[in-house]
Amino acid sequence: MHRFANPARFLRMANAVLPYAAAAAAALLAAGLWFALIASPPDYQQKDSVRIMYIHVPSAWMGMVCYAAMALFSAMALVWKHPLADLLARATAPVGAAFTFICLVTGALWGKPMWGTWWAWDARLTSMLILFFLYLGHMALANAFDDPARGHKAAAILALVGAVNLPVIKFSVDWWNTLHQPASVAKMGGPSIDPSMLVPLLLMAAGFKAYWLMVLILRARAEIAAAKVHTIRMAQVHAAGQGE
Amino acid sequence: MESLSAFFAMGGYAGYIWPAYGLALVVMVAVLVLSFRDARARETELDLLQQARGRRRPSAGESK
Amino acid sequence: MTRKRQRLYFLLLGMSALGIAVTLVLMALKQDVIYFYSPSQLTEFKVPANKRIRIGGLVEVGSVAKEGAITRFRVVDKQSGIDVAFTGLLPDLFREGQGVVAEGKLGADGGFAAAEVLAKHDENYKPKEVADALKKSGEWQREEGPAR
Repeated sequence: MHRFANPARFLRMANAVLPYAAAAAAALLAAGLWFALIASPPDYQQKDSVRIMYIHVPSAWMGMVCYAAMALFSAMALVWKHPLADLLARATAPVGAAFTFICLVTGALWGKPMWGTWWAWDARLTSMLILFFLYLGHMALANAFDDPARGHKAAAILALVGAVNLPVIKFSVDWWNTLHQPASVAKMGGPSIDPSMLVPLLLMAAGFKAYWLMVLILRARAEIAAAKVHTIRMAQVHAAGQGE
Repeated sequence: MESLSAFFAMGGYAGYIWPAYGLALVVMVAVLVLSFRDARARETELDLLQQARGRRRPSAGESK
Repeated sequence: MTRKRQRLYFLLLGMSALGIAVTLVLMALKQDVIYFYSPSQLTEFKVPANKRIRIGGLVEVGSVAKEGAITRFRVVDKQSGIDVAFTGLLPDLFREGQGVVAEGKLGADGGFAAAEVLAKHDENYKPKEVADALKKSGEWQREEGPAR
């Protein structure tokens, strides 16, 4: 892990991976969309509206994966004081927020024709909305202070405290009565989705992951450069102050 | 073409499906473009600053 | 021990304490977190009449009947059931043997007057051909309702 502590080395590795991530994202999303919209059957009861699942579920997964990554980076920052950890947490927050937003809106578009309502305050939907606000809170805190270190510490604590929401989201449909149905893929007994529908779902999920990797690398580059600029500027201010 | 209009009609659910896919596309493209431009802008800014200081290379511990 | 290890233990301790606290709070708030009462839970939680609540379960097969503008059906779980009367448009996915959530009030007679009805579908996804084949071969198994 500490091999990545050197930003120059991290950047070299990240830039090497970037074109592959981009190519994988393009290929997987193209294949996923083909299967999602064209080469997969309508559901026996949800008919064509099931195709929204191929956006809604992968974005839900990514919203949660991003947050777990953010929590992990936050732990690395607070416990191991890994120099890049705060920057990576900052880098991934907006992407996670975007995925969660997509999940909530596509969920509403799917819920209206199937359930009969755009929204319900059940445990699954409410906890996902909370996740969205946790992301916004993280982004706000990380930028709230003049001293970035204080902002990062506050944001890291928020990320870790909010991490208790992840098992709540996952198990909400099992622990309580909810309008949202139980899990179809990650459950005991195997997936309850026909293979013809599992294929587009998994392709889109993989494509979203590759996309996330690509965006994360770009954002990490931006954060690292910005941090270096900040350091140089602080040094200049310090030097100017001493030169009087 | 009949099958093309049937495709766009999505069994009557077009009003839900296309906005869903459209939103996902718009948001994901926007995040990608903004991230790319951000990286480019910050790295250019860093380059200019480093050139102005005579290519002083910061050590690994400094980036915080 | 090292400062690093100290921080790690502090973090783990903090997260555990947080987890326990959240668990206790959610357990205490169960009646507010559930989105609907199953028919059995109406008795379990002693839900009073004339309070706006939601009930949910499976629509009992053979129980749906239309009386003019009113649709009557019975919502059941594994142990009990309740009769529902609803005036209004039912969602597309409303059907016998399927999940349903109704919002309204318990009547003094023990029935439920619904103001809104939502369909609750299960987590199984299959194409029509597969569903038809399963029905034909008699293997079609309706998943039991959401009530717990």
